[in-house]
Amino acid sequence: MDIVNEVLQKAAREAEKFKPITVDKHLEVQLDVGNLLAFDTNEVDLRKLRSDSNEYLKELTRDNTQLLLNKVWELPTAYVEDTIVAEMPKPTYVLPRSLPVPKAKELTKWEKFAKEKGIVKTKKSKLTWDEALKKWVPRYGYRKAAAEKEKDWVIEVPGNADPMEDQFDKKRKVKRENVAKNELQRMRNIAAAHKVKVPRVGMLPAAKVTSKDISRAVTIAKASTASGGKFQAQLPKEKTAKDVKDVMPVAPYKKRKPLISKAQERKSNIEIVDRILYKKPKLDMEAAVNKELYRQDAERAEEKKTQKPKAGKGGKKRGGKRGKGGKGARVKGKNGGAGRKRR
Amino acid sequence: MPVLQRIKKPTTRRGKRILLSKEPQVIEHTKKTFFVKGKKQGELGSTILKDIHKLKRPDAVILSQKNDILPFDDATFFERHGQKRDANLFWFASHNKKRPNNLVIGRLYNYQLLDMMELGVEKYTSLEEFKIEKIDMGVKPCLVFNGEIWGESPEYERLKNLLVDLFHREPAKAIRLQGIEHVMSFTAKDGMIYLRSYKILLKKSGQRTPRVELEEIGPSADMKLRRSKLASDGLFKTACKQPKALLIKKKKNITKDGLGTTHGRIHIPKQEVEKLQTRKMKGLKKTNAERKEERAALKKRRADAAVSDDASSSKRLRSAS
Repeated sequence: MDIVNEVLQKAAREAEKFKPITVDKHLEVQLDVGNLLAFDTNEVDLRKLRSDSNEYLKELTRDNTQLLLNKVWELPTAYVEDTIVAEMPKPTYVLPRSLPVPKAKELTKWEKFAKEKGIVKTKKSKLTWDEALKKWVPRYGYRKAAAEKEKDWVIEVPGNADPMEDQFDKKRKVKRENVAKNELQRMRNIAAAHKVKVPRVGMLPAAKVTSKDISRAVTIAKASTASGGKFQAQLPKEKTAKDVKDVMPVAPYKKRKPLISKAQERKSNIEIVDRILYKKPKLDMEAAVNKELYRQDAERAEEKKTQKPKAGKGGKKRGGKRGKGGKGARVKGKNGGAGRKRR
Repeated sequence: MPVLQRIKKPTTRRGKRILLSKEPQVIEHTKKTFFVKGKKQGELGSTILKDIHKLKRPDAVILSQKNDILPFDDATFFERHGQKRDANLFWFASHNKKRPNNLVIGRLYNYQLLDMMELGVEKYTSLEEFKIEKIDMGVKPCLVFNGEIWGESPEYERLKNLLVDLFHREPAKAIRLQGIEHVMSFTAKDGMIYLRSYKILLKKSGQRTPRVELEEIGPSADMKLRRSKLASDGLFKTACKQPKALLIKKKKNITKDGLGTTHGRIHIPKQEVEKLQTRKMKGLKKTNAERKEERAALKKRRADAAVSDDASSSKRLRSAS
């Protein structure tokens, strides 16, 4: 028993040497170990604060720091380069960001299309073998233009082309057009991503022009005056194109009808009513004949279809499993005679 | 209709990299602080800025010029310089008759002003005056807030958030235990805010966890909250929004018991016993007659199906005509 007492006493003496690491608080101190924060919502003692503020604040802070560090020392530790490192949990106290949350990048028109169709970009080699030059040439970029220049020192004039036309100039122009088109499309994609309207471009030149295009161009051109086409002369039977709204610079001017007298208005109204009430269907002879012919044709075809299965009992099915050669004469032979006699 | 300006692509790799780094990131880099002097800031103002700059290095910069600005009338100066320097936190010191020893602290969100608070310094003891060995640069401090008002008044709540933002440095994944050597305390009582800064001394306690003792290293300040300009709750909420990529998804069907063993629950579809291949034996093989019978049955079934199909189709045709 003596030994036990002795050990206990010794332990007590040892413990007396150290100050405690426990702290008593009326309300629990909120801790965010991930950020090393401690929020103590206990009331501050005003009397102590006034009498000896520095000492009191130090004591208060010491207690709260002790509580925080007690938690930190409980964290799982690891050895990194001869030092003990505690792994911090995720911070719980939320602080505002400095910039908004990044948004997913808007897809370009092509990317959207490719995604819909399931087109996957394939990786291409940077260099390609040029048969004419007999060497590896970059697909694009640095040294591509030089290689192209080396290769195309002479261009054959195509058979149907104007012999006086500068083929080099033509090539350059095509290239420039392509670059401009690409840039326009890039801008359109950016505008779509920012949800901004793009200024309308009107009619663009096309290689092939139809009469419809011309009519559209005329309508747009006439509306492209400062007054929106108010003072433009009309041809006697001129028609305005209909599908031009998206390329029009402004809404076209519509002529207002002049004021009319009471009697005139009454007359026109009666005309409208008459037109509706005594409406007679128009008879288009040609269309009617065509329709009838088609109906008869269809009827005949139907009859043929429905009658066919009656002719032979499951005739179609019988030929099913036999080989392709089984149709024709052989089938007949098997049904009826003994076949070709061989002598 | 807003007309889109022509957007030029960056021509160099370096330019591209810079533009990319300025775009919003999922994990943001540490917020930088810039210190601005007013038209007159007095000796006290400039010492405060210098002291806090020392604590905040290397993520801080002092603008050397004096600036005749009134932050609560026009905060565009901070927005402009914040964008220019890619810094989001600012300190501004000024001194005049109406508001002596004035300190304005604030932060930006998306290069726009978010919060701004004005503090009047009544008593200040600088870092220099404490003749004590200071802490290392870049140490992550412990922040202690004392006083019931920090959790009660919305203004003080926001001030607390701002102070944490100003002093906490970057969030750390791991921390060296011996490297926790700085604590800053903010005590609020009776309209006063007491800022104190201590060095942590870790003493033996006879246990694994050490006993904490503190030693004041400065700066220390007694301040009064003057004016404040706070972000609306809506704006503050959007500013606090975290990207989805950072949210931790709960892992389903994985549990851990008290002993630290991981248990997983697996779902297996119903077993098809009929299709199970057992051991092949001659005795279990089908005889020729059996096989023939089976084939005949199959044929019959198919023929029946075809007839019924045929009948239904012809009916459909008749009804159409």
